[in-house]
Amino acid sequence: MKKSVFFGALTVAGLAAGAAAAGTLDDVKARGKLNCGVTTGLVGFAAPDANGEWMGFDVGICRAVAAAVLGDPKAVEFVPTTGKTRFTALASGEIDVLARNTTWTFSRDVDLKFTFVGVNYYDGQGFMVPKDLGVSSAKELDGATVCIQTGTTTELNLADFFRSNNISYEPVPIETNAEAQQQYLSGACDVYTTDASGLAATRATFEDPAGHVLLPEIISKEPLGPLVRHGDDNWGDVVRWSLNALVTAEELGVTSANIGEMAAGTNNPEVNRLLGTEGTLGEMLGLDAGWAKAAIMAGGNYGELFEGNIGESTPIGLARGLNAQWTNGGLIYSPPFR
Amino acid sequence: MADQDKNSIAFVSTEVIPESPPPARETGVVKWMRENLFSSVSNGVLTVLALLLIYGALSSTLPWIMNGLWTTSSLAECREILAGKSGACFSVLTERWHQLIYGFKYPSEEYWRPNLTLLLMLVAIAPVLFFDLPRKLLIFTGLFPFIAFWLIWGGTILAPLVALVGFVAAGAFFQRFGRSSFAVGFFGAIVIALVVWSIGGSLIPDGASDNAMLPAVPSRDLGGFMLNMMLGLTCVSLSVPLGIALALGRQSNMPLIKGICVVFIEFVRGVPLITLLFVASVMLSYFFPPDATVDLFLRVVIMITLFSSAYIAEVVRGGLAALPKGQYEAADSLGLDYPQAMRLIILPQALKISIPGIVNVAVGLFKDTTLVSVISMFDLVGMIRGPVLASTEWNGVYWELFGFAALLFFVVCYGISQYSQWLERKLHKGH
Repeated sequence: MKKSVFFGALTVAGLAAGAAAAGTLDDVKARGKLNCGVTTGLVGFAAPDANGEWMGFDVGICRAVAAAVLGDPKAVEFVPTTGKTRFTALASGEIDVLARNTTWTFSRDVDLKFTFVGVNYYDGQGFMVPKDLGVSSAKELDGATVCIQTGTTTELNLADFFRSNNISYEPVPIETNAEAQQQYLSGACDVYTTDASGLAATRATFEDPAGHVLLPEIISKEPLGPLVRHGDDNWGDVVRWSLNALVTAEELGVTSANIGEMAAGTNNPEVNRLLGTEGTLGEMLGLDAGWAKAAIMAGGNYGELFEGNIGESTPIGLARGLNAQWTNGGLIYSPPFR
Repeated sequence: MADQDKNSIAFVSTEVIPESPPPARETGVVKWMRENLFSSVSNGVLTVLALLLIYGALSSTLPWIMNGLWTTSSLAECREILAGKSGACFSVLTERWHQLIYGFKYPSEEYWRPNLTLLLMLVAIAPVLFFDLPRKLLIFTGLFPFIAFWLIWGGTILAPLVALVGFVAAGAFFQRFGRSSFAVGFFGAIVIALVVWSIGGSLIPDGASDNAMLPAVPSRDLGGFMLNMMLGLTCVSLSVPLGIALALGRQSNMPLIKGICVVFIEFVRGVPLITLLFVASVMLSYFFPPDATVDLFLRVVIMITLFSSAYIAEVVRGGLAALPKGQYEAADSLGLDYPQAMRLIILPQALKISIPGIVNVAVGLFKDTTLVSVISMFDLVGMIRGPVLASTEWNGVYWELFGFAALLFFVVCYGISQYSQWLERKLHKGH
């Protein structure tokens, strides 16, 4: 009938996503591609380059999972989602995993029925001020005009922060990040506040980034991480431990450069278990023994992904801060591979 | 007498005064300026103000455009070269133009396919737009949708062929039986088309698209201005006939048809387009089983078409209402039946009146196609807001990109409105 011709011709493999219930791992293997939800574009986290290849920190997670499951970091169908479409895309089964700088909150985890498999970036709301203002702490901002995006949690966090510190401020409501940049640069507000990673990315686009400072106060918790649907724990495990493999690899000093010799066997049993030369961890997940090795080789370990996409050597220039390994005073911590 | 006359007149010129040029204020530039720019004090003040405004606008934009850089590889490099001077960073256009036009995933070695489609489109719509062209060209216009589908999406040629055969069979059936009874012809044609499509669809082998002559490109890989053009053209050409049908339905004497049309038109006009788009992209994936999703492009086309057809219906209804009742009565008294009366008497006049309104809807619809960027389709605006501005090289370039988008849209929309004015002049039969 009409439908079968038209829809059959127009519908593509990517849209005919896998079944929503159990067996996502089998679906992905059968399909030969991982459907990964990303943003439509966020500097450093996910954006296509001039050749149309997706690059970025969140994209690195997608590629690692694809490499672990399918052995090929390129076997990813990136599904761009907006803040409004991301959760329906995941719930309806259009994507297998959502890696889109999504804050892990109670209601998203419990009420929307998703499983956050971990945290790949600890973000939080920060402040940016011009250097000329001579402010070194957010507590000195009494009476300041603040550019703030309306209708977001950042607005509420801001009100809480100023009230608890007993200082006053004057909000300048703005709609988008682009508008905020213009307002802030033209001096319509003294302070711009949003997530610290966003502030850093915004500052990187200024003509004179050195003329602006990020204040040390972080006034909210925004743990960002990949998530999957409730109800398929096996698939959740695969994504969770792919992320953990990247973290553990950094902790153990396994990089994409030395992984070849490490995989030949080392004296460190945890490295051997991670890379599949000892034990049967891959088999337990339903993957082959070299799964973690493939995931790490896709884009490097956690630290390499960070440095390559958003770290201090990039224009965005984010410091590791909370996202340092726990051994370096950060929060990045993976359960052991045992 | 003569002598007396000579004496009584003190002086008589003996030669003709040579022609002198007209006063400076009554000629050339000065006169023009006096008449057009400074004819009164208030006009003079306005002129000076306007000149100041123009100077202010140009003095800041012209250096910006003239100093523009076209060959750098990132915004940072632009700023380094400009070193504080005012200047545009057009390099973003030279580096990303193919993404802005075709989207970032359309395979670059296949760009000739959309290009060729655009050329063929110009040929195909020519006989529709210009009535003087030979009518035989309409055959190509009828074939164009199938050719365009095959060129843009690629894959097996069997799918558009089967669709074409279905339409041809339906058309032939209607030709045969529609004369005697419109209802038999109409509904029979639909049944015939469905039969052909289902048989043909089952005959196409599963892997037919894998090794097709033109590699298949999934809908999700379409993007950029190409997507705007495709959505605009498809939706306009589908919604005009649908809108006319709805307008006629709303005037119908049959309560059921009239009721359906009124409810549809009023419902669609009462809902924002963006809501319909969200329904298309988000809600429908809940209703369909995961492995039977309708293509997103098709969903969006359906929604935009429904939306604009309701508006076109109202425009056409205005045209129908503007006709004197005598025209309807004249058609009846000639013994014409309803389809003949509409086709020969009523619609040609009503549509002529409706042209400005229809063009208005078409231009608005074309610009509304940028709304698909909110449902994560990468049309021109979606490409700019998403991938291009989110790249580390080009984050922070706004004016150049949005100016380029505005220019592209302006060219197309201005062309449409110029055409409609030409058409109105051409159809003007007043004396």
